Amino acid sequence: MDADSLLLSLELASGSGQGLSPDRRASLLTSLMLVKRDYRYDRVLFWGRILGLVADYYIAQGLSEDQLAPRKTLYSLNCTEWSLLPPATEEMVAQSSVVKGRFMGDPSYEYEHTELQKVNEGDKVFEEEIVIDKAVAIIPRGALFKTPFGPTHVNRTFEGLSLSEAKKLSSYFHFREPVELKNKTLLEKADLDPSLDFMDSLEHDIPKGSWSIQMERGNALVVLRSLLWPGLTFYHAPRTKHYGYIYVGTGEKNMDLPFML
Amino acid sequence: MEDSTSPKQEKENQEKLGEARRSWEGKTAASPQYSEPESSEPLEAKQGPETGRQSRSSRPWSPQSRARTPLGGPAGPETSSPAPLSRREPSSTPSPPAPARQDLAAPPQSHRTTSAIPEAGTPYPDPLEQSSDKRESVPLHTSQSERNTFQQSQQPKPHPCGPRDVSYNNAKQKELRFDVFQEADSNSDCDLQLPAPGGSEGAPSMLETAIQNAKAYLLKTSSKSGFNLYDHLSNMLTKILNERPENAVDIFENISQDVKMAHFSKKFDALHNENEMLPTYEIAEKQKALFLQGHLEGVDQELEDEIAENALPNVMESAFYFEQAGVGLGTDETYRIFLALKQLTDTHPIQRCRFWGKILGLEMNYIVAEVEFREGEDEEEVEEEDVAEERDNGESEADEDEEDELPKSFYKAPQAIPKEESRTGANKYVYFVCNEPGRPWVKLPPVIPAQIVIARKIKKFFTGRLDAPVISYPPFPGNESNYLRAQIARISAGTHVSPLGFYQFGEEEGEEEEEVEGGQNSFEENPDFEGIQVIDLVESLSNWVHHVQHILSQGRCNWFNSIQKNEEEEEEGEEEDEEKEEPDYIEQEVGPPLLTPISEDLEIQNIPPWTTRLSSNLIPQYAIAVLQSNLWPGACAFSNGKKFENFYIGWGHKYSPDNYTPPVPPPVYQEYPSGPEITEMDDPSVEEEQAFRAAQEAVLLAAENEESEEDEDEEDDYD
Repeated sequence: MDADSLLLSLELASGSGQGLSPDRRASLLTSLMLVKRDYRYDRVLFWGRILGLVADYYIAQGLSEDQLAPRKTLYSLNCTEWSLLPPATEEMVAQSSVVKGRFMGDPSYEYEHTELQKVNEGDKVFEEEIVIDKAVAIIPRGALFKTPFGPTHVNRTFEGLSLSEAKKLSSYFHFREPVELKNKTLLEKADLDPSLDFMDSLEHDIPKGSWSIQMERGNALVVLRSLLWPGLTFYHAPRTKHYGYIYVGTGEKNMDLPFML
Repeated sequence: MEDSTSPKQEKENQEKLGEARRSWEGKTAASPQYSEPESSEPLEAKQGPETGRQSRSSRPWSPQSRARTPLGGPAGPETSSPAPLSRREPSSTPSPPAPARQDLAAPPQSHRTTSAIPEAGTPYPDPLEQSSDKRESVPLHTSQSERNTFQQSQQPKPHPCGPRDVSYNNAKQKELRFDVFQEADSNSDCDLQLPAPGGSEGAPSMLETAIQNAKAYLLKTSSKSGFNLYDHLSNMLTKILNERPENAVDIFENISQDVKMAHFSKKFDALHNENEMLPTYEIAEKQKALFLQGHLEGVDQELEDEIAENALPNVMESAFYFEQAGVGLGTDETYRIFLALKQLTDTHPIQRCRFWGKILGLEMNYIVAEVEFREGEDEEEVEEEDVAEERDNGESEADEDEEDELPKSFYKAPQAIPKEESRTGANKYVYFVCNEPGRPWVKLPPVIPAQIVIARKIKKFFTGRLDAPVISYPPFPGNESNYLRAQIARISAGTHVSPLGFYQFGEEEGEEEEEVEGGQNSFEENPDFEGIQVIDLVESLSNWVHHVQHILSQGRCNWFNSIQKNEEEEEEGEEEDEEKEEPDYIEQEVGPPLLTPISEDLEIQNIPPWTTRLSSNLIPQYAIAVLQSNLWPGACAFSNGKKFENFYIGWGHKYSPDNYTPPVPPPVYQEYPSGPEITEMDDPSVEEEQAFRAAQEAVLLAAENEESEEDEDEEDDYD
């Protein structure tokens, strides 16, 4: 969620139950402002909170002008001091995916794995966050548009989805570089608007049904929750510009999803 | 010639253009001035016959519609349009000012003046399809300003034909768009015909032609959408000038799209929005009813009664504390739930009520209230004792009359364990759920041990509809309401904790350790509870105790010995003898007794079962202790030393670090008991057969020998 509209966003996303305590909220507001200035980001998003056994990690992302460029990730333990997470390498990604279980809450904690590889928790946090972000960060259709020169911009004339559009999964896109777009048939591509439909839509996600879409507050708010990564909540108030997502959870994938549907 | 006429024209122009004259017209008219007369004349000559049909100078404004529109555009029927201009054939003369013309295309087009100005200016009746009001004010402004600028840059050509067009201030649609050209034509015409006012203006020059061609192109309607670029651009510019967004050039394309979309939206206004907003209004109405319920009854008397015996907990206070912990729904949502709970307590005879939590579902969520009815007011529903656990043993009786007895099933279903009575064990509280505050509360049925046992083995999402079937293996006995109730029971048993000493056992008998019923059931609040330091609560888990009974693996809290009942039923039974395979003695299951500290809880693979935290590190003196369960993610408890509360919000499932594996079906039951009759044996090999035959023959021989001996003996006797 955008750091600029943090309070409203937290209020709207509160339907999932997990939010932030007032002191965290207050410190977030100030510290994110400073982060934006120091790192010169165009936009700072508060990504969410990963619950650890001892302490929680608060994660923020910084975006540059091009919305689809790789985002910088920052973490903090107390919402006041933020540190950049180091970029990940392939092997670290592979390693962290093997280590299962909850996060401790201590960035220097080392996981031991049977293959005698120690994985630093800091890296693991980063990996998880990247993985989750790639998997489930969402944007409503029309919020970003692509210019012919390449960079994607925030669409300032985005007025929100209409109610009927808001209930369909196809109006939401993954907030990342498209993966499946090229696999579409020409027939499908003919209906797409290249300036708006340049990301993967949610409706082809596997497994089908891994998103729960609900209207809350009597149709005034549409909430999408991911069932594959429980804890990811996306909210959007139809016909307004407010949308955002937040992740509050343990950082673990729900591998039992096929059994649970 | 043109030079000579130009100053005159200028003067006249300025007069006429004082009002609503479009400069482009001047431009197009002016073009002939610049282009060579020779070249223009042949053009004009061409146009001559074209314009032949046009209104002549005599009656230049006689309405004629240009049925002939070579550049497309379905300008059809005649109407009282101003002298329609014929489109010129697109000539190949590009003119530099042509692009400049296009800029001005907008204001002229959008300019609509209804005031007939008979004199100078030619207010062009705006032949626009889409009548957007906003265009009227601004374009007028802009056109004027632009006109002014243009007057300086070019010499607009006044012509007597101007006044002619004045009278055609009507909103004729597409045809009028051609006014532009027609005017130019007529301008040129009147120049041809009426040399008087401005002298012979001169044939339309190449520039003018080009401009007119360009404009004609702009006015060309799209075959797909019925728009044309001219109108679209004018709309867009209008919108931009109205709204004045920042960096408009960067979002130009988006504005373009919006304008196009806006063209269509009005038609659907009446129909679409109604349907969409209906559910919103419904819910709002229901929630409004919540707010009004107080007023309907209220007088002072009622108020006192309410304050006196209030079964309602202070939800807002608990919500405040939970918010410190970072858990909870938003404030206004909580307030609505508060009101819904109040409604619940008003309609049912409830002694105590608590907001248990919220369970998320796929389509809808559940808001759960934990309720304790008043003594004696328990609403007992006549439930069908669904002791459907007993399989049908009657299948064995089916074909008994036949000679070959079919194998009888020796399977005897385990004795169904009866559910616990209300107010005891897992059914201590009654639970009500609703999907949203404002909707009616539904009571959940009491839980049966079998349901708990199976709920432990399956893991399913809730859909949000209470009557949804739960399709799983092992098959769940019940639908979603039963599953929900079972999960609620499990969560309560696993995560409802309180500070040590808050509750104590009621009677003294409880101190004797009797193993009969497996633990005390009753507890009550300790009036002498003095509170525990928050720090202590955070540091040590032994300061918290469970105050809900643990559920045994049987599915009940109090052990039920099914053996005794079995013996009773044997007398009625038609079973066979072999059922005695059941063990005669089942171990009594024992669970941790009530009020056990949670430090005794089992770990989950090296993960402690609870996480404790202070709500705030910055101001520790007012912080509260927060306890979050790792076993049931979403379960939370807080205490500030004196007060405590439990809450759950989540999907309703237990946490397990390993993946869920569904239980395997049991092995297939043996049909026939193994015995010699049906046991397969190998066919004898050749050697065995021969040996057997040899043995048989030997026996026969021996028998014969004996007979022969006997015969011989007999014969001897006879001798």
